[in-house]
Amino acid sequence: MAARAIWKAELVVGTERVPVKMYAAVEDRSIRFRLRHARDGARVRQRMAHPETGRTVEGRDAFRGVEVGRGRFVVLDEEELAGLEPEPSRDIELKAFLPPGALDPRWYERPYLLGPDEDGEERYDALAAALEESGREGLATWVLRKRFHAGALRAREGRLALVALRPAQEVLLVDELEAPAGRKLAPGERKLASQLVGALSGALSGAFDPAEYRDEYRDRVLALVEAKRRGETIELERFEPEAETGDGLAEKLEASLRDAG
Amino acid sequence: MAKKRSASKRGRKAADGRRARDGGERRGRAPRHFWSGTISFGLVSVPVTLYPATRPTRPSLRMLAPDGTPLQRRWVCEEEDRDIRWSEIVRAFEADDGEPVELSDEELESVAPRKSRDIDLRLFVGADELDPLLFERAFVLTPGGDSTKAYRLLAEVMEREGKAGIATFVLRDEEHLVAIESRSGILRAETLRFAGELRSAEDVGLDEPGEAPKDLVAAFRRSIRGLEAEEVDLEELVDPRIARLRQLVERKVAKGEDLVRARSGERKRARSADAAAGAGADGQDEDLVEVIRRSLRGAKGGDGALRRGGNGADLASLTKRELYERARELDLAGRSEMTKDELVGALRSRSRRRSR
Repeated sequence: MAARAIWKAELVVGTERVPVKMYAAVEDRSIRFRLRHARDGARVRQRMAHPETGRTVEGRDAFRGVEVGRGRFVVLDEEELAGLEPEPSRDIELKAFLPPGALDPRWYERPYLLGPDEDGEERYDALAAALEESGREGLATWVLRKRFHAGALRAREGRLALVALRPAQEVLLVDELEAPAGRKLAPGERKLASQLVGALSGALSGAFDPAEYRDEYRDRVLALVEAKRRGETIELERFEPEAETGDGLAEKLEASLRDAG
Repeated sequence: MAKKRSASKRGRKAADGRRARDGGERRGRAPRHFWSGTISFGLVSVPVTLYPATRPTRPSLRMLAPDGTPLQRRWVCEEEDRDIRWSEIVRAFEADDGEPVELSDEELESVAPRKSRDIDLRLFVGADELDPLLFERAFVLTPGGDSTKAYRLLAEVMEREGKAGIATFVLRDEEHLVAIESRSGILRAETLRFAGELRSAEDVGLDEPGEAPKDLVAAFRRSIRGLEAEEVDLEELVDPRIARLRQLVERKVAKGEDLVRARSGERKRARSADAAAGAGADGQDEDLVEVIRRSLRGAKGGDGALRRGGNGADLASLTKRELYERARELDLAGRSEMTKDELVGALRSRSRRRSR
């Protein structure tokens, strides 16, 4: 069953162009919660109000301003706002091809799958082959629904994926952080810890297969909801927090090693 | 419409910040951390605190009334058609037929009692075995508790062996598959998508890839080579609109165009609302980094009420956090690297200079 493409665009690689269709690669399956008024269960909505008069100011009547000091704003009118918008385009421009990891996967926000558009199958296959062969990742930029995006173009098994990155100003450059300091770790502790990691890696052999994991909590929440709707009484399991580890780290590690076999 | 209510008391854990979500704006204090708990490593428990590794994006445009006053978000009960307070709002699960079912914090926690405070590392894999397309959100872990030893041990071992730990845990009513990694002595966590959430090429309905003609592949090979670079130019990742907006605003300020000033009552209110929300005038991002830094150093002491400092003579009695806030307001260079004493000194000399 073919999914519907969310966009049709063209990858621009130097002088070459590849027509593509973009598909969402993620299905959002989280449980949805809505805001409700506690007293009567009614739905709750938002409104923007003048803080003194309390009057609602609709979007179209409101001005937009940028704060330039405490309580001081520069107001922008519709024309000025429109002038800020990027030019609409169906080009996904490849700016550079980088070594793997240069675009830190921690910046990844949303993956998309790219498929060829009509009559573009050969060009698609050629780009995918060349990209995969190069071992590199492309840095791509595009404008979709008036919004600028930057992303990573990756090839795998003959197919192209585009992963949109978080807005640059959101990324916390973790180089700004310092590791915690403390007293030196004893060599005995280190050795044991290594052994434990080794034992755990060995005991559960086989690569990590995400397919093995289910969202069990979600299943249980849904079951809980069903039970409530049917009017069943629910027994709540009390949560007991685990005791913290003081020291005696080495003893604990040794005990773990015995358990891991 | 008869509605079943939870018999148990709804826990209002304000500090947990669990109420403020689902498209709603955070009210009250912004959560200083998302989650506190332990990483279990065999029999060893490593107390940790989890922080997002991304700064929240602050909207640059505010909505203003025609008189220049910034608008306030209000919550309206649709049945009574009146404003209600944030404290009167609860989260309800919405079933497919639109029927709401309220779930209390205790009930939600009860269906995952073990996991809600525990990241149980059960499997170690090679760090490079993880497909980054599975990465959802990035977090930083800092040592909780009194000792950093267990944390450092885990961080060191995992980094040395090039391993990542795989576990499941519950964060904010959702179960997450998480990979714990270690880099430069700091533990990071990435929540991973469950397999069911990621679509494959087959799911999407893409045809099998074909064999492309050699000359076409060669052409693309050349084009790729022509664009090769070894490092990413971070400028390329930035939305050009940001610079455009800034330039426009600067031009207008320079010409004194379209400047409005909210009335003084409004400014005070805006300031205290910002403070309550944990946002500084210049943005929340430095706040977060500073909080994480402190946490990494193992500094205890969470969110005590801010003492109102007085003039320069009182600087020494302020917490480092408060001193840092003042330094930020004054845009003192090098403030991130300063110790508490250095901050006091810098602030004192700045105020001395000013009073000349």
